[in-house]
Amino acid sequence: MTNVVKRFPGVVALGGVDLEVRPGEVHCLLGQNGAGKSTLIKVLAGVHEPNEGTIEWAGEPVSLHHPQAAMDLGVATMYQELDLVEGLTVAENIFLGHEPTRLGFSQRTSARRAAAALLARLGHPEISPSAEVGTLSAAACQIVSMARALSRDARLIIMDEPSAVLDAGEVDQLFRVIREVTAQDVAVVYISHRLEEIREVGDRVTVLKDGRTVATGLDAKTTPTQELIRLMTGRSIEYVFPPKAEIADAEPVLQVEHLSRTDEFSSVSFEVRPGEVVGLAGLVGSGRSEIVETIFGARKATSGTVRVGGRAVRGGSVAAAVAAGIGLCPEERKSQALVLDHSLAANITLATLPRFSRGGLLDGRAEVESAEELLESLDVRPRGVHRESRTLSGGNQQKVVLARWLLRGCKVLLLDEPTRGVDVGARSEIYALIRRLTDEGVAVVVVSSEIPEVLGLSNRVLVLADRTVRHEGPADELDEHAVLDIILKGDAA
Amino acid sequence: MSADVTKVDQTGEPAAAAGTASGPPVGGAAPRAGGLAGFLSGPAGRSAGLVLALVLLIAVGVITAGDRFASPENALTILRLGSVIGVVSVGMTFVISGGGIDLSVGAIVALSSVWATTVATQTMAANYHWIVMVFAAILVGAVCGLVNGVLIAYGRIAPFIATLAMLAAARGLAEIIAKRRTQIIRERGFIDFFGGSVLGIPVLVIMFAIIAALGWVLLNRTTFGRRTLAIGGNPEAARLAGIRVQRQTMYLYVLLGVACGIAAVMIMARTTTGTSTHGTLYELDAIAAVVIGGTLLSGGRGTVVGTVLGVLIFTTLTNVFTLNNLDTSTQAVAKGAIIVAAVLLQQRVSRTRST
Repeated sequence: MTNVVKRFPGVVALGGVDLEVRPGEVHCLLGQNGAGKSTLIKVLAGVHEPNEGTIEWAGEPVSLHHPQAAMDLGVATMYQELDLVEGLTVAENIFLGHEPTRLGFSQRTSARRAAAALLARLGHPEISPSAEVGTLSAAACQIVSMARALSRDARLIIMDEPSAVLDAGEVDQLFRVIREVTAQDVAVVYISHRLEEIREVGDRVTVLKDGRTVATGLDAKTTPTQELIRLMTGRSIEYVFPPKAEIADAEPVLQVEHLSRTDEFSSVSFEVRPGEVVGLAGLVGSGRSEIVETIFGARKATSGTVRVGGRAVRGGSVAAAVAAGIGLCPEERKSQALVLDHSLAANITLATLPRFSRGGLLDGRAEVESAEELLESLDVRPRGVHRESRTLSGGNQQKVVLARWLLRGCKVLLLDEPTRGVDVGARSEIYALIRRLTDEGVAVVVVSSEIPEVLGLSNRVLVLADRTVRHEGPADELDEHAVLDIILKGDAA
Repeated sequence: MSADVTKVDQTGEPAAAAGTASGPPVGGAAPRAGGLAGFLSGPAGRSAGLVLALVLLIAVGVITAGDRFASPENALTILRLGSVIGVVSVGMTFVISGGGIDLSVGAIVALSSVWATTVATQTMAANYHWIVMVFAAILVGAVCGLVNGVLIAYGRIAPFIATLAMLAAARGLAEIIAKRRTQIIRERGFIDFFGGSVLGIPVLVIMFAIIAALGWVLLNRTTFGRRTLAIGGNPEAARLAGIRVQRQTMYLYVLLGVACGIAAVMIMARTTTGTSTHGTLYELDAIAAVVIGGTLLSGGRGTVVGTVLGVLIFTTLTNVFTLNNLDTSTQAVAKGAIIVAAVLLQQRVSRTRST
């Protein structure tokens, strides 16, 4: 494929990607979160149609306008978020969409037999073809997903972080299968964050950054790690961060002590002082969001405590966390933060309703006035407290969520991906706003997939890998390479 | 590659311009003003549409039934007929706005009416005051609503299923208590009070008006109402804003249970009986009135005014059909057609809003 461009409303997800995959090779895709890997494989799988560029298959230009078109060519995809139907059996999932049939009746016996053969080939004969997928473990689901890709006699198999949920032994099995299929001239596009794996199984590497190919056809075995990291991190867009505040030597306002949640993160401890920004850096799945959601009481910790101003906050209750002075701008603005059909005013006052209530009656005028004041001070555009929040752009929606907690006057503000889906201009406004909050003595915790953002905003940074804190230190002493280094090494450990 | 660079610049605005140019949302996100669809998409417009439908119905009534329809007595008859289902519908507006559904309202009305008219309750009422019967009915309704609410909010049973179970159980219990017999109310005070009129207006109609007004205030002017709409619109966002979603959900079903208890009192007054067949199919009538009124079945938007208009439309329809000697089966068909038409209109409106 050459010069593939994919635009979504408001974002250019892919801005010129070249990729060439040869039969029988394992071609690795490397790139940070948001570099466009997932969009790229969706283009290859026919889920998204590119706006520009050409895709050639065996020398012929093809149009992958529909997943079925890609499948017919012989492209099979194993998605990161597994796309199995829980209520169906293993065999039914493997052959979903191409069930062996005779005269319109599905051949259940032959499907089961074929499924068993595929699972055995993958080294997992213990998975029963007639088991319901909902009852299987995550790793087993991954195997089923792989069996499904193989069942299609694919010429090209795309694997999006297949090893994320597998243990070492299972990864070995996976590699054995990959070698087996590539020996039959099947090509594999392999996506992983783990450099070790790429070295072990890969032939060539393509590096994506900000939706573009920055290098392609690198030798997977010999290209130096430093070089790969440099390619992944070299930036085209520089963000302007406000200067960092000096932190007074005050008592910490937020104390997190040995916070753990089974299978998500373990023994996370840190403190945030008034006016300080602490950043959590880590890959998707490192437990970043889970940690802030647990601090906020949206998830219940298995162990550990959260203190605000020295006082323990009752776990597992958002209301208790809010009462203690914690606010959260969640990762998914639309599904977790905003009531999209409701007005800006209603969204802003959602966490402060009692303040506008007199014996249960809402003081609508006071509510609208407060909202107006905030919209003005945050420069939310277009103005209009009665406007539905769905009509705003991402950056302005984020400001509305921030306004909600500004109105409340939090002591601790947790920001999960504060600039996701926010354009460059609004980003710097949000950065300035965070700085304004810290000047007022608010303690801030920032989670972001973009390492420069974490480094640029934070006074101190916690680097997460393998669901625990790998490093804690002042942001000034770290750069993007160092953080990636910690993350990648941690992951490989 | 150079062409791609310019593309990025077009989408992401340059940082320097950011202060002034966060810009209007892309692509006509604001609801378009003007035009019939635009007008109808506003809350006032939606009510206006319902009023128009009601006026048309009244015109049909006047043309086909003349003075028999267009008399003050008949108007009061319509209001009296609509008052019982009206009270249930106002309660139902809250549950549906909050993202739920309740199929058990008719059964709760039946159980409340039966419990409030047993020999034991009536004896107590005779010894003390007829108000005992009122309390009994409301208490039974509230408890049924509480059971629904706890099962749904804390037991995490789908509202459809939990209230379906209550529908079966409550009516069954009503039959057991009443032994499938109709219980006659002997308390004269009760019948005189609720069966009477104030300034020519039946007490039942006044009750409906008061409850509708209270419902409007509760939904539109209180934190309770705001929380209800928030959990209906986006429960996760409401939860992460610190709202106790489970508790609020439970309250909504209790509220509807209380409304059913009040409706039971009203139907007892109208029929001077308590029986396990009271309130049959109320769940469908109430849901229909709420939905054609403009409350979103998926929650997040609710209108008490719309619900009241919905109730009036259905009741007037029944009245017009009855005066023209058309049978109930024909009425049912017309009702079905109206529901479909209203929902189709609602979908069109919400589509113009979301584009």
